[in-house]
Amino acid sequence: MDTIPKLLLHNARHLGRKAAMREKEYGIWQTYTWADVYENVKALALGLAVLGFQRGDKLAIIGDNRPQLYWGILAAQSLGGIPVPLYQDSIAREVQYVIHHSEAKFVLAEDQEQVDKILSLREGLPHLEKLIYDDPRGMRHYKDPILISVAQVQELGREFDRKNPNYFDEQVEQTQPQDIAIIAYTSGTTGFPKGAMLSHSNVLSVCDLTLQVDRFRPQDELMAYLPIAWVGDFFFSVAMAHKVGCAINIPEEPETVQRDLREIGPHFIVAPPRIWENLLAAIQVRMEDADWVKRRVYHLAMKVAQAVEARRGQGKGIPIWLRLLYQLGDFLAYGPIRDHMGLRRIRFAYTGGAAIGPEVISFFRSLGINLKQVYGATEASALVTVQRDGEVRADTVGRPLPGVEVRISDAGEVLVKSPGVFQGYFKNPEATAEALEDGWLHTGDAGFFTPDGQLVIVDRLKDVTRLADGTTFAPQWIENKLKFSPYIKEAVALGPDRPFVAALINIDGQTVGKWAEKNGVAYTSYMDLSQKPEVGQLVYREVERVNRELPPETRIRRFLILHKELDPDDEEITRTRKVRRRFIAQKYASLIEALYSDTSQVEVTATITYEDGRQAQVKSTVPIFDVREAVEAPARR
Amino acid sequence: MEGTALLQVQDVWLAFGGVQALRGVSLEARKGEILAIVGPNGAGKTTLINAICGHYHPQRGRILFKGQDITRWRPHRIAALGIARTFQNLALFRGMTVLDNIMLGRHVRMRSNALACALYWGPAQREEIRHREVVERIIDFLEIEHIRKMPAGALPYGLQKRVELGRALALEPELLLLDEPMAGMNLEEKEDMARFILDVQEEMGIGIVLIEHDMGVVMDISDRVIVLDLGEKICEGKPEEVANDPRAIKAYLGEAVSPRRG
Repeated sequence: MDTIPKLLLHNARHLGRKAAMREKEYGIWQTYTWADVYENVKALALGLAVLGFQRGDKLAIIGDNRPQLYWGILAAQSLGGIPVPLYQDSIAREVQYVIHHSEAKFVLAEDQEQVDKILSLREGLPHLEKLIYDDPRGMRHYKDPILISVAQVQELGREFDRKNPNYFDEQVEQTQPQDIAIIAYTSGTTGFPKGAMLSHSNVLSVCDLTLQVDRFRPQDELMAYLPIAWVGDFFFSVAMAHKVGCAINIPEEPETVQRDLREIGPHFIVAPPRIWENLLAAIQVRMEDADWVKRRVYHLAMKVAQAVEARRGQGKGIPIWLRLLYQLGDFLAYGPIRDHMGLRRIRFAYTGGAAIGPEVISFFRSLGINLKQVYGATEASALVTVQRDGEVRADTVGRPLPGVEVRISDAGEVLVKSPGVFQGYFKNPEATAEALEDGWLHTGDAGFFTPDGQLVIVDRLKDVTRLADGTTFAPQWIENKLKFSPYIKEAVALGPDRPFVAALINIDGQTVGKWAEKNGVAYTSYMDLSQKPEVGQLVYREVERVNRELPPETRIRRFLILHKELDPDDEEITRTRKVRRRFIAQKYASLIEALYSDTSQVEVTATITYEDGRQAQVKSTVPIFDVREAVEAPARR
Repeated sequence: MEGTALLQVQDVWLAFGGVQALRGVSLEARKGEILAIVGPNGAGKTTLINAICGHYHPQRGRILFKGQDITRWRPHRIAALGIARTFQNLALFRGMTVLDNIMLGRHVRMRSNALACALYWGPAQREEIRHREVVERIIDFLEIEHIRKMPAGALPYGLQKRVELGRALALEPELLLLDEPMAGMNLEEKEDMARFILDVQEEMGIGIVLIEHDMGVVMDISDRVIVLDLGEKICEGKPEEVANDPRAIKAYLGEAVSPRRG
């Protein structure tokens, strides 16, 4: 069982009646057993074969998480083809680039929205032969001959299966561990996406190594809710689920994840820091809205929890009175909160993809949720390091998986040697040569090891930088501290070759909006809200708080609140919400210059790109805030 | 898309005291077709819909649905026959959830009596589950899964309008009357609603009569347009024909203004 399709065959035979996938539809969780999934993948794969899909062909897949799209991944692999998942909210230009570059002849799209997107790109997609869609809604009058529904393809497949009953299993048996299991296009912070090729052997060996650290069990429930184009979703929802035989649960709609999560009560969940931050902000806001009894209980209980967690972290014993208080707190607060978030059954949870604020991770851990940091890269089949139970600390990302070697280059870059290290970028030998040297993967991240062997990631190597006077600082570190505030959604710290650190700040429309309502601040739009003097004061206090935690040389001296949200559609951040510094430096050059001059406000004209590609202009005046030297800060020379 | 006549309004006259609201209006709505009724304020558009639904009974003329004369029928019988509507001003139960509001649209299709429903046992339970399935399909169709359990009154206006459409669809009507479904919406909400109306037409193949002020929407989605003014039908035809009809332009813009095209 050295390929994912072989695992599917195995699970269908041995776990045939066990749930493999659930999808909430029509308000009810619809279950597919491993046998159901096998039958569906078989029908889809054979249908693809009838349509001319051959070994080595690529199947581009675009849409939200849907069983049919996961079947598409397996169907392509079963025939020795390669799935190429795309981010469902990609704008047309990105979609065209990836489909064209990957030479995909077949595209599997979720619904009308995606079909329209692809049909509009027809001219630029000369390889495209068939466009397969799942949800036929709204497309009754579409006559384009390249269109065919999943149901129709499966019907072709079943017909073929009746005549050639062994064909599919034979195809699956022919799959080899060195076959490419996926081309994962990375959303890169610079330039065009690159297609990282991962083999079955790459991904499944990393599964094996992960299982030596954390037990996934067949009876576990996983949530499949993160973009299918993200390598982490492929690793857990496809590879790990097939390896272990556990079930994945697919939410009804992206908007319903929170409620669906609670209904499932998964045993494991992986989420980027942003989601943990949002959860935390939601709880904080809710508690501030609660009546005073609940608020008191919550605050007292959290004090107890944090005291316990601090002692645990330092390996100290916990006195009996504190244990008793913790039990009480669990009954009154932590238990109900865990239940409310749908994390009651969590055995362990991962956060990765970006740095997480120490306050965020300690919050969840003190509630009794085993949240651990992981570090990984698409090019290393998702996981490189995982924090071990009992070794979770806020500032590290844990130790390498067993069998994975990590070393730090002279330049301070994290290098990885692992059975998961990829087969190169598709059709991009130059980039491959840059990333791979003697089997070592250059991650582009700057980091170091603590004396006890835990890895610390500082920032992207190219982003670690110096102020004009030579002081080193890592912008992301400051940004993460800012982003821990429930009122700040995104932040960009500036400073390379400048006399001091300054920041561009994005308020969180939801929490600040709620705050404004509560404090009687009237506003119309996000833009209006962001420029209210009261909101300015609110953010000012948050910046002061962050400054207290920073060394005096890298404190934020000046900042401004951006009039619009940083948006992947405007290419300001990536789809995985990483700040694109170079792009921002260009786009907001006038704002940045103003921050480093002595003006107290600046005029802006912003160009906004809508999803359909139209552009609009917005004008406004943005004030600049000077941050006083924090009084509480101890003077240091 | 030519269809058979589903609804026929024949020479309907309706007066409130001395005010003559409808003066001999005749029209036909067909299966699978979107018919838009436009006209200035007070032209009698909503009165006409109320007359079709049986809220008002015309003094003269006949209204036929699937060939059956329903002129003097009470509203609930007309609803049961297969005509559903939405209201110009929202008429949802604000304290009830979205789900319950739409479920209420199933009421005329429910057979269990009050006692059986209260006990919620046997056939009553099976019936409820069957109706819930229909409602869930509508929720899926209108993409309102995320607000299923929210009280209707707490929703933004655009979503409330969508819920109201859902409740009308729950009746499984053959004819749907929409009274200004997009009034007060922003552009994005309007585009969403227009798409849902087209989807209803396409997927369910029912007839739709639409009152709407936004001429852009009317031109985009309707198959035929009727212009009413002061209770009279002044012209009828395909959207582009009506847009260039001097009588329609006059009714909207008045005599002194020269006709504009666009």
